[in-house]
Amino acid sequence: MEVITTFLNGLSLGGVYALIALGYTMVYGIAKMLNFAHGDVIMVGGYTVMVFFNLTGQPLVAALIAVVFCSLVGVVIEKLAYKPLRGASPLAVLITAIGVSYLLESLAQIIFGSSHKIVMLADLGKLILGSLVIDLNTVVTLLSAIAIMAALTLFVNKTKTGKAMLAVSEDRHAAELMGVSVNKIIMITFAIGSALAAVAGTFYILKTPDVSTTMGAMPGIKAFTAAVIGGIGSIPGAMLGGILLGVIETVCNAIPALSNFSIAIEFGLLIIILLVKPTGLLGKKKREKV
Amino acid sequence: MALLEVENLEVSYGLIKAVKGVSFTVEKGEIVALIGANGAGKTTIMHAISGLIPKAGGKITYNGKDVTNLQAHKLVPLGISQVPEGRRIFQELTVAENLEMGAYTRKDKKEFDETLSYVYERFPILKERRKQVAGTLSGGEQQMLAMSRALMSHPDLVLLDEPSMGLSPLFVNTVFDMIKDMNALGKTILVVEQNANKALSIANRAYVLETGKITLSGTGTEMLADERVKAAYLG
Repeated sequence: MEVITTFLNGLSLGGVYALIALGYTMVYGIAKMLNFAHGDVIMVGGYTVMVFFNLTGQPLVAALIAVVFCSLVGVVIEKLAYKPLRGASPLAVLITAIGVSYLLESLAQIIFGSSHKIVMLADLGKLILGSLVIDLNTVVTLLSAIAIMAALTLFVNKTKTGKAMLAVSEDRHAAELMGVSVNKIIMITFAIGSALAAVAGTFYILKTPDVSTTMGAMPGIKAFTAAVIGGIGSIPGAMLGGILLGVIETVCNAIPALSNFSIAIEFGLLIIILLVKPTGLLGKKKREKV
Repeated sequence: MALLEVENLEVSYGLIKAVKGVSFTVEKGEIVALIGANGAGKTTIMHAISGLIPKAGGKITYNGKDVTNLQAHKLVPLGISQVPEGRRIFQELTVAENLEMGAYTRKDKKEFDETLSYVYERFPILKERRKQVAGTLSGGEQQMLAMSRALMSHPDLVLLDEPSMGLSPLFVNTVFDMIKDMNALGKTILVVEQNANKALSIANRAYVLETGKITLSGTGTEMLADERVKAAYLG
């Protein structure tokens, strides 16, 4: 029975990683940059949830405000920090992203101080089915993550804006020739990615009620790993990579002999997958330009 | 007034001047060909007109409006559509989605359906494969898709950049037939081609481009008969 519980926990953690990984992969696919400040948007979401949860006592309201606020933060970051560097060397953009990451962490530290805050968002209780004990927080996280990923998949594949995102991701110039404003599509991508980070931040607090300026770092790096494992730039790849990493981490933690090595195993998996399939599990080989 | 007027266009790549003061006009309803060898600056001129690259000097007027510094995506709603070199269709989208992308700036559903049924009638293979990802099409079929996609934005002016490049003789004929058909639909055409023979045979007027400058111009028939053109481009 414990196996089922562990597996569910893994899927739920994986769902959170997948939501974050989607932000990395969409921004990489469309703006062709690695947004290393993405993990810190999770942290911004975490603090926003904390502030509005303390004010209203409503976890859902706090989460919704965090989603809106983080989308705005994402758009502003893109506009002020990344947009002026369109066409600059990837290294300049990368360094800028790292700078933005430190800026966000420092701002949070100035506003909220450096001590960790405990935020008990909600305890939905446990579901007991015979000998099977399931934490309802886990179930809610998993189901919400699945619903959001399904909605995102529909949005990207069925709407005009979504298809324009795919078109920009494949060939920016050709998309421009269709009348697509690439700047607008990049802005929308940052808004969506940051909104997903806010959701992930909320679920993270639900699981570990600890808010700090560096809370986004580890999930950010793991989700980035997940995005690369799945094939960076690929939306289904980010989902698969996130879930895979979450399950592996949780299973490793549940086995006493492996629990000390879970992080090593996760990053080891990354190395192995990159050796065997450098484009990631669902990544496509870059088409040669004619 | 010409539909498209290019005056003294200059484009540089770093220190290298690729286009050195090129002027030409395209009148409404015409087919105009721009011919020249590899590296003459044909594609650069196309990219400059469609706003994909910055200009070092000169002026481009479309329909009386100065469009010199307009971004690429803002030209599409004005009625300029481009079939880019190498086709540049969206390989991972389906054939139907590629056509939808072509109509990205259009809102009229009825007009969309009409253009779509024209395209599907003109190229039944596209209808047959509409649910297939476009990357699975052959080169010639991809070119048909690229030309059809350009029609979906309801353009007045269609820019075609090396449309016959890399295609089998059969598809080369299809491409030039389609250009004539587009023209018959009322579209003004500016085509850049290395296949000078074919391009001149359908063009009302043509310009010859050599290392960033226009060296000759005249009607399609005049150019086909011109000894210098024959020697350099018609083999």
